Amino acid sequence: MSKKISEILQEVQEKLTCADTLKILSDIKVDFLGRNGVVTGLLKGMRDLAPEERPLLGQQVNTLRAQIEQLIANREEVVKKYELQRKYETEAIDITLPGKQNELGTLHPITLVKNDLIDAFSGLGFVVYEGPEIETDKTNFQMLNIPEDHPARDMQDTFYITDSILLRTHTSPGQVHVMTTTKPPIKVMCPGRTYRSDDDATHSPIFHQIEGLVVDKNLSLCDLKGTLEEILKHIFGKDIKTRLRPSYFPFTEPSVEVDVSCFECGGKGCKLCKGTGWIEVLGAGMVNRNVLKNCGIDPDVYTGYAFGIGLERIAMLKYHIPDIRMFFDDDLRFVKQFK
Amino acid sequence: MRVPLSWLNEYVDISAVSVEKLRDGLFSCGFEVEEVIEINKNVNKIVTCKILQKAQHPAADKLFVCQVDAGSYGILQIVTNAKNVQEGDIVPVAVNGATLADGTTIKNGKLRGIESFGMFCGGEEIGITEEYYDGAGGDSVLIFHDDFELGQEVKDLLDIKDTVFDISVTANRPDCQSILGIAREVSALLQLPLKMPNLDYQTCDVKTEDKIQISVLDTELCPRYIGAYVKDIKIAPSPKWMQKRLYLMGIRAINNVVDITNYVLNEIGQPMHAFDYRELTGGEIVVRRANDGEKIVTLDEKEFTLDSDVLVICDKDKPSALAGIMGGLGSGIKDDTKEIVFEAATFKRDNIRKNSKKLNQRSDSSARFEKGVDACTAEIGMKRALSLIANLGVGTVSCSYIDKNSVSLERKVINTNLSKINKLLGIQVPCDVVKNILTGLNFECTIDGDNLTAVVPLYREDVEDYPDLAEEIIRMYGYDHITSTLLKDSEITHGGRNFQQVKEQNAKDYLRYNGFNEVITYSFISPKDYANFDIDTENLNLIKLKNPLGEDLSIMRTTLLPSVVAAACRNINKKNLQGRIFEIAKVYLADKLPLEQLPEERTTLCMVMYGENEDFFTLKGAIEGLVNSLFYSKKLKIQKTIKPFLHPTRCAVYLDEEGNEVAYLGQLSPVTCEKLGIDKPLYVAEIDYKALCDHFDRAIYIKTFSKFPTVERDLALVCDKQTTNGEILDAIASAKIKNLASVELFDVYTGEHILSTKKSMAYRLTFSSNEKTLEVEEVDNYVRKILNKLDAIGVKLR
Repeated sequence: MSKKISEILQEVQEKLTCADTLKILSDIKVDFLGRNGVVTGLLKGMRDLAPEERPLLGQQVNTLRAQIEQLIANREEVVKKYELQRKYETEAIDITLPGKQNELGTLHPITLVKNDLIDAFSGLGFVVYEGPEIETDKTNFQMLNIPEDHPARDMQDTFYITDSILLRTHTSPGQVHVMTTTKPPIKVMCPGRTYRSDDDATHSPIFHQIEGLVVDKNLSLCDLKGTLEEILKHIFGKDIKTRLRPSYFPFTEPSVEVDVSCFECGGKGCKLCKGTGWIEVLGAGMVNRNVLKNCGIDPDVYTGYAFGIGLERIAMLKYHIPDIRMFFDDDLRFVKQFK
Repeated sequence: MRVPLSWLNEYVDISAVSVEKLRDGLFSCGFEVEEVIEINKNVNKIVTCKILQKAQHPAADKLFVCQVDAGSYGILQIVTNAKNVQEGDIVPVAVNGATLADGTTIKNGKLRGIESFGMFCGGEEIGITEEYYDGAGGDSVLIFHDDFELGQEVKDLLDIKDTVFDISVTANRPDCQSILGIAREVSALLQLPLKMPNLDYQTCDVKTEDKIQISVLDTELCPRYIGAYVKDIKIAPSPKWMQKRLYLMGIRAINNVVDITNYVLNEIGQPMHAFDYRELTGGEIVVRRANDGEKIVTLDEKEFTLDSDVLVICDKDKPSALAGIMGGLGSGIKDDTKEIVFEAATFKRDNIRKNSKKLNQRSDSSARFEKGVDACTAEIGMKRALSLIANLGVGTVSCSYIDKNSVSLERKVINTNLSKINKLLGIQVPCDVVKNILTGLNFECTIDGDNLTAVVPLYREDVEDYPDLAEEIIRMYGYDHITSTLLKDSEITHGGRNFQQVKEQNAKDYLRYNGFNEVITYSFISPKDYANFDIDTENLNLIKLKNPLGEDLSIMRTTLLPSVVAAACRNINKKNLQGRIFEIAKVYLADKLPLEQLPEERTTLCMVMYGENEDFFTLKGAIEGLVNSLFYSKKLKIQKTIKPFLHPTRCAVYLDEEGNEVAYLGQLSPVTCEKLGIDKPLYVAEIDYKALCDHFDRAIYIKTFSKFPTVERDLALVCDKQTTNGEILDAIASAKIKNLASVELFDVYTGEHILSTKKSMAYRLTFSSNEKTLEVEEVDNYVRKILNKLDAIGVKLR
């Protein structure tokens, strides 16, 4: 009997070695352990045995059954791994095929720069004020210390609608609106469209500025420099340096141009900075006392500083845009690069 | 402002200062040198030589072989084609290794087999003109009329090299629109003494007032008028040094008198004019406004008809000059002029600007007056002109001039405190530094403790108050002294965008994440745009620019659609085959014209999409998704519409709860497309963003979910093809089933299994109650009610 059992065990082991699918494994299980299986068949021979031998046979068969079950279970574990492996292989993908995504749109580079500046200024406590694009001569010029005979009017080719109504030539009238309606302390930025009758590779009849204005007690040129340095570092990177140099705007005194050290070459001199190491980025100054007075703010109590940033200029520098007209041509091959 | 350094050097000794130091110094104190022009930088080894012998070239009819004596360069053989040179002439020769003005290098060589050891030069090769040397203006070889030593460098003999700065002068500093003005700045900057030009001259005993009467009838437009009589004028060319300087400024030499007026304009900054005394009828000069219709012919032979805005300089009868702009042809200086009257005046700058613009007549004088000329410069200018006349022997100066002056020549006094200046600057500038700087800039400066008194030079009309002094101090002290502080003594304020500004950015972000690209288009459009879109403009009160860049950019838009569609068209033409674009911008709406008050600027959103995946419903979905994402709290109703530029069966409007149109959307009409030259369907929408944005305030309150199971019923309906989803939904809703939780369209079918006039629409109805499990009978009952309502509009169960 023992011989028979060991033969069966031998046969099971051989079959299992060749079994490489769960189906074959299940067939083996049926063949040996099923109702009509080999092991069950052994029990059928029990009738021919003496009653005292029967328990022994029963015990032997049960042991055999347990052994086979264990062998199958062991094999099953291995086969499952094989099967999984095969599944993985059939389900293999080319991970370098393109990903599926919703086509993402873009924001205009002017919006990107504007948002960047708004974020930076917001952190310093500036609110956003958006004034009208159609202004009066009074708010666009006179209140800003640019009387009618002022040569500065020649610097700004103005679009007129009537003799006294015009398209704003800068966002500076935002200063006037805010100062005439708000009590200091004032910290405001006025982004928006501006207009001048110019049209070439560096001038567009429509362009964008952000005007900034701070009015409070005890402000100085040092605060102006500190504020702008903070903002310019936010835009152009923390390693840049800033430089003030004298300039002229009728609504500020003293007036300055603000340059940043060239962020392309680090100030050594390159094509972008025309070899000077510096790039002119904005105009600024301490608010002219006449402007404060015009807006009903006592210049002996309050001082202010203001600055105007050309968004196209910043975007051209930041994104290497060669021609201002690209902003308004709306070519999707241009626009779609801003993702 | 062009500044030849050789000229500048006359008033401030910059011979020991490098070009770079001067340029950087000017830059730091507010005068950017935009260009450094080096005149005749290249010219080298062009030397004087004497032609000893000239013979015909053996092999060429048009060439000659010359033997020349070039001093230390020896006797040279030169082959030339110059016909004008003769034996004995002294001419310039570029010897082996020489460089011409244009950079060409000259080497020994052979011409038709004969060796040549250089090349004879004309003015052009040397880089000079008639203004430098008589005869240099022609295109033949220059023959010297001086007995120059041989072998000498021509560049040294004729002093042809110079460096010219092109300086950008800001509008507040008209006083620096002259060589003297720049010299004053350089003197202050480098702390070098200023040497004033010579203002002295000999006179005769004739008085100007004996020869001429001057009256100024409009002292507002002409605050100061100085006239001086000069006799014994000998019209001739002016000296070469003067011609050369004018040439470097870009001014042509005319004759000694005219050149002196131009010289003084550039040197002192005072525009001058010279009248031929013979032509001043009645011996009178009257400064007055022109009579309407009065005529004048100016020096350049243009005739102008004038009106009373124009200031004219007249004699007894007629205008002799357009004040500050240009002299009249009749009173101009002629070759036989023997007596003149010089004018040095101050005219109101905006009047000159307006008239110059209106008459479209400009001159160096008008350009200068437009920038602003102070009254005290008139006198310096006059003295300088008379000094040049006398000292160059051009004429005999009268012993007095007439000065009609209505402005104060008192210097402004600013009383302020050092502490105020330092507070504005944010730094402490040492007291002695302040004093030195202001004194260097010709302010009379007294400091007593904190008190500062500054007497302002007359030519500094821009300086009015202590911030101006602060600027003078810091630009000379150096802006690098300004440190960075971050609002150290200011109140803290709360920054950022307000609610509406945040929402607008949210809208842009939503559109962006849904594949839309933001564009920015011009705010002005063309009357043609309205015509192309068949928009009736009669009641639109279109705002027109008075001075547009062109008719096509002349109207402030009342709709974004034409510009955004144009952007799409440009992209289609560039083969950008798929596109979703949007713009959020203002439209400009006037109540009435002409504008008396500012028009409404209304924020509007325009969306345009095209390409094979786009249709009416992708657009509709984008709009509804956008409005929903912004938490619009009201209901919008979609309705059929007719717009002249939209496809009549594929367009709609959205109405708000009050029935106002807040948006339209649809396919652009094929007729419009044809006018625009595109053959692809464009889906367009324009949304009155302003009308919506006041209601982006939908609150969220969570609903609890029903504990009980939901029951779903699918209804396959059949209806006429014209029946709309909207009508079916309205019918279903009209059954007023409280427990109907949702209705969802999941299929629309037309085809062979159905009549050709019909379509099938399949809906999934979901029922649910918060109170109980719905019984089958109840749901059947609901469905029956719904079917009854559908039946009433001709919709049946399939």
